[in-house]
Amino acid sequence: MDIRTTGGPPTAEEMAAVDGVLGDPTSLWEGGARHPADDHVAFGGHATRSQRPLLLPVLHAIQDRVGWVSRGALEYACRRLSIPPAEAYGVVTFYARFATDERPAMALHVCDDLACKCAGADELCSELEHAFGPAGNSWRRSPCLGLCDRAPAALVERAGASHQEVQVAPVTVEVAVEVLRGGRWPESVNRPLPDRPRKLLRRIGAIDPESIDSYREHGGYVALRRAIELGPEGVIREVTEARLLGRGGAAFPTGRKWDSVAKAPVRPHYIVCNADESEPGTFKDRELMERDPFAVVEAMTIAAFATGCEQGYLYVRGEYPLARRRIENAINQAHAHGFLNFEIEVRRGAGAYICGEETALFNSIEGKRGEPRNKPPFPVQVGLFGKPTLVNNVETLVNVLDIVVDGAVAFAATGTQDSTGTRLFCLSGNVHEPGLYEVPMGTTLRALIELAGGLRDGRTLQAVLLGGAAGSFVTEQQLDVPLSFEGTRAIGATLGSGAVIVLDDTADMKQILLRIARFFRDESCGQCVPCRVGTVRQEEVLHRVLSARNGDAHSSDINLLTDIAQAMRDASICGLGQTAANAISSGLIQLNVVARDG
Amino acid sequence: MWWRVMAEAVFVGLPKRFVKVSIDGQELDVLEGLTILDACRQLDIDTPTLCQLETLTPVNVCRVCVVEVEGSRVLVPACSRKVEAGMKIRTDSERVRHSRRLVLELLASSVDMSLCSAQVGGWMSRYGATPQRFGDSVATVAQPVKIDNDLYVRDYSRCILCYKCVEACGVDAQNTFAIGVAGRGFDSHISTEFTVPLPESACVYCGNCIGVCPTGALMFKSEHDMRQAGTWDESRQTVTETVCPYCGVGCMLELHVQDNSIVKVTSPLNNSVTAGHLCVKGRFGFQFVQRRKQE
Ligand SMILES: Cc1cc2nc3c(=O)[nH]c(=O)nc-3n(C[C@H](O)[C@H](O)[C@H](O)COP(=O)(O)O)c2cc1C
Ligand code: SF4
Ligand code: SF4
Ligand code: SF4
Ligand code: FES
Ligand code: FES
Repeated sequence: MDIRTTGGPPTAEEMAAVDGVLGDPTSLWEGGARHPADDHVAFGGHATRSQRPLLLPVLHAIQDRVGWVSRGALEYACRRLSIPPAEAYGVVTFYARFATDERPAMALHVCDDLACKCAGADELCSELEHAFGPAGNSWRRSPCLGLCDRAPAALVERAGASHQEVQVAPVTVEVAVEVLRGGRWPESVNRPLPDRPRKLLRRIGAIDPESIDSYREHGGYVALRRAIELGPEGVIREVTEARLLGRGGAAFPTGRKWDSVAKAPVRPHYIVCNADESEPGTFKDRELMERDPFAVVEAMTIAAFATGCEQGYLYVRGEYPLARRRIENAINQAHAHGFLNFEIEVRRGAGAYICGEETALFNSIEGKRGEPRNKPPFPVQVGLFGKPTLVNNVETLVNVLDIVVDGAVAFAATGTQDSTGTRLFCLSGNVHEPGLYEVPMGTTLRALIELAGGLRDGRTLQAVLLGGAAGSFVTEQQLDVPLSFEGTRAIGATLGSGAVIVLDDTADMKQILLRIARFFRDESCGQCVPCRVGTVRQEEVLHRVLSARNGDAHSSDINLLTDIAQAMRDASICGLGQTAANAISSGLIQLNVVARDG
Repeated sequence: MWWRVMAEAVFVGLPKRFVKVSIDGQELDVLEGLTILDACRQLDIDTPTLCQLETLTPVNVCRVCVVEVEGSRVLVPACSRKVEAGMKIRTDSERVRHSRRLVLELLASSVDMSLCSAQVGGWMSRYGATPQRFGDSVATVAQPVKIDNDLYVRDYSRCILCYKCVEACGVDAQNTFAIGVAGRGFDSHISTEFTVPLPESACVYCGNCIGVCPTGALMFKSEHDMRQAGTWDESRQTVTETVCPYCGVGCMLELHVQDNSIVKVTSPLNNSVTAGHLCVKGRFGFQFVQRRKQE
């Protein structure tokens, strides 16, 4: 392999950023100073090439330090890691966080996604446009930042030797303008959870999320002790008998997954905690990680113990700086107290919704573009680095603690026959009290919305988007749907990620549908034709359909949407393409653009 | 120690068996490890493919080869899915025809596919693809041709993003990694690092990317210039098979000749020496033949 670098040397700052992750270069071949021996030894081999998974951490370091990734910086990283620059360029340009053109150190990311739209994000953006010019340089529009309960939301970062990053929600025009003018640095605040019975969330607010002692005072690490008594088979038996279904979206039986990994003959086994939560309207995993981080780490430890995993990765969404810090702290403290006998590496996402898809997530950890892989083979056989891998969502894992301590029978006593336990729902949009709600599976949507205080006075319901952008719209008539996997399936909806975006009569459904279409167009990885081109055509045709005068949409355009939807659902590689038309199809029915039966 | 090493059991893999599958109602035995596409070919069922090539690792991205497998929620790519015992496959169901049609329509509505093989045109008409139906003002990948060296040009307005050139430049053949897929979504495109011109990149002009490109996006400069001048005429071309005169490897060359001059060089895909791949000398080093003639 030829690593040809013709882009000129990196700056001292860029070098420092890269060396901060990789250590100092030892030879000319790595981009360091010339050493007499360099004339006689070649640089490369397995040891160097095996550093590929460090590419994303290195790119983050450059972005953090300088605010963008220049050609010199990228080529230096390539020489250090023995990665062809063309490949590395493909990686940099895949992730929204990395810029390949010079940017100011300060960056304001303003969410203009669904919940924030309902809270006036569009007005905020037009004010910023007015004051600072179009989005793209000093401020940028962003998909959902996972702060929908405090909408409208923004994320501010300042590149430099000590990179700073803070989530601001709710954000006001004044705060945004002050930040961009270099004024007061905003602070992040958590919202207290409303007082109501909670199970999974019981420690939130009660414990100090930075202290393992506080966690232990509230029952922390009882589950791990119990797991060790039960033994690996015992733990898997309990999880299986509890009939726990995955909370990441696909509702796969967790026990079956654990059993497959435990029995996989190939070694090593990896465990990956999927904390990339990027589904618009979803913030449950963020709350768990920010406010009960030790529970996530303990649950991962139990899962690794039960399935024989030698190494763990926790992939946290890039836009969750506080969650990442809390989790890192929890891992360090767990290590220091001897509660962690294997390595958990925290990986930082870089602005790509698709990396929540499990196989895209593996590629991302491996330092590649986050392109999903074709399945089969499934991760339990061929996963991260080609080895058997257990992937679970944060909420799924945290459920295991109670299963292990209370037993499968007690756990399954809550919820319905087919959907056991409780479920976290992220309420946002036009409800009185947006926030994270925990209710037994099978609770009706109506009851859930009432828990959140219902609609604001004098407003009527237009629709509820259940499951985020990959979910579908539910109507007023369907509010009595039981929120369980089987209950939602019966009406052709899905619980998905637990996002519940409530839209009253003030919401502009057309704008909402167009935003969803743009979301999929922006977030498609671009690998397969039905999704890469289909999401673009879907958006174009939807524009035509929605700008037609009421009821005047061409039937040929409606047919096009249906045709595209079917091909995306049938022929796309992964769940993104397969679900990219769901919300739009159901939304058009809601808008009476498409007949209810056809 | 060598004798100890010799004594170690060598794992040669499990013996391959035949598995029974059914395709469109016809039962057949297929060697384990083969793909659904291989099985279809055993029955002479013409299956459209764009991103698949025998010499490259399947990437299964174009999705034009999808078939219906009983019990599978979604369609599966025939080119990469391995046969399993008892599989019931349908290659011409309404769902299959629909997805194949849409894939061809979506591609042709965004990419200039006019230089694809006649086979592709055949599939278009078989599935009734009418790319125009998305309207006139649709996003496309149209862009100027990249001409930055004397040997070959890159016209990415013809690129269907089949990944073949990247694979040929990478581990499947050349191991040079001069090009990769950059960007995301509809903005995904084939590129050198920071879109530098080829002479600044790692490219060694082996032309193996040209050899695998199914759309004419990558093209000999000689062919490009003749097409521009309107003199390219395949009906007047002959193909002469010969062996590369440069080194001892013995690569088989196919010299495409028009008006007594070499206009392009290829190598047969099924050649055991080259598998279709050459180096810069075999691919582009033919000028001396013509120079001598002129003198
Ligand atoms: C486009 C897409 C995005 C996804 N995003 C997430 C995510 O952010 N978090 C998550 O846990 N699972 C996500 N998933 C589901 C994962 O692929 C996987 O099913 C899940 O992590 C498995 O964990 P579970 O069994 O605990 O649910 C996503 C799937 C798709 C297709
Ligand atoms: S469906 Fe979309 S996101 Fe998934 S692999 Fe295909 S292009 Fe990528
Ligand atoms: S000519 Fe050879 S080296 Fe250059 S891009 Fe094509 S395959 Fe790669
Ligand atoms: S340039 Fe040709 S080979 Fe490369 S991706 Fe495009 S169509 Fe495929
Ligand atoms: S944070 Fe804006 S929609 Fe979620
Ligand atoms: S040929 Fe099978 S996906 Fe392209």
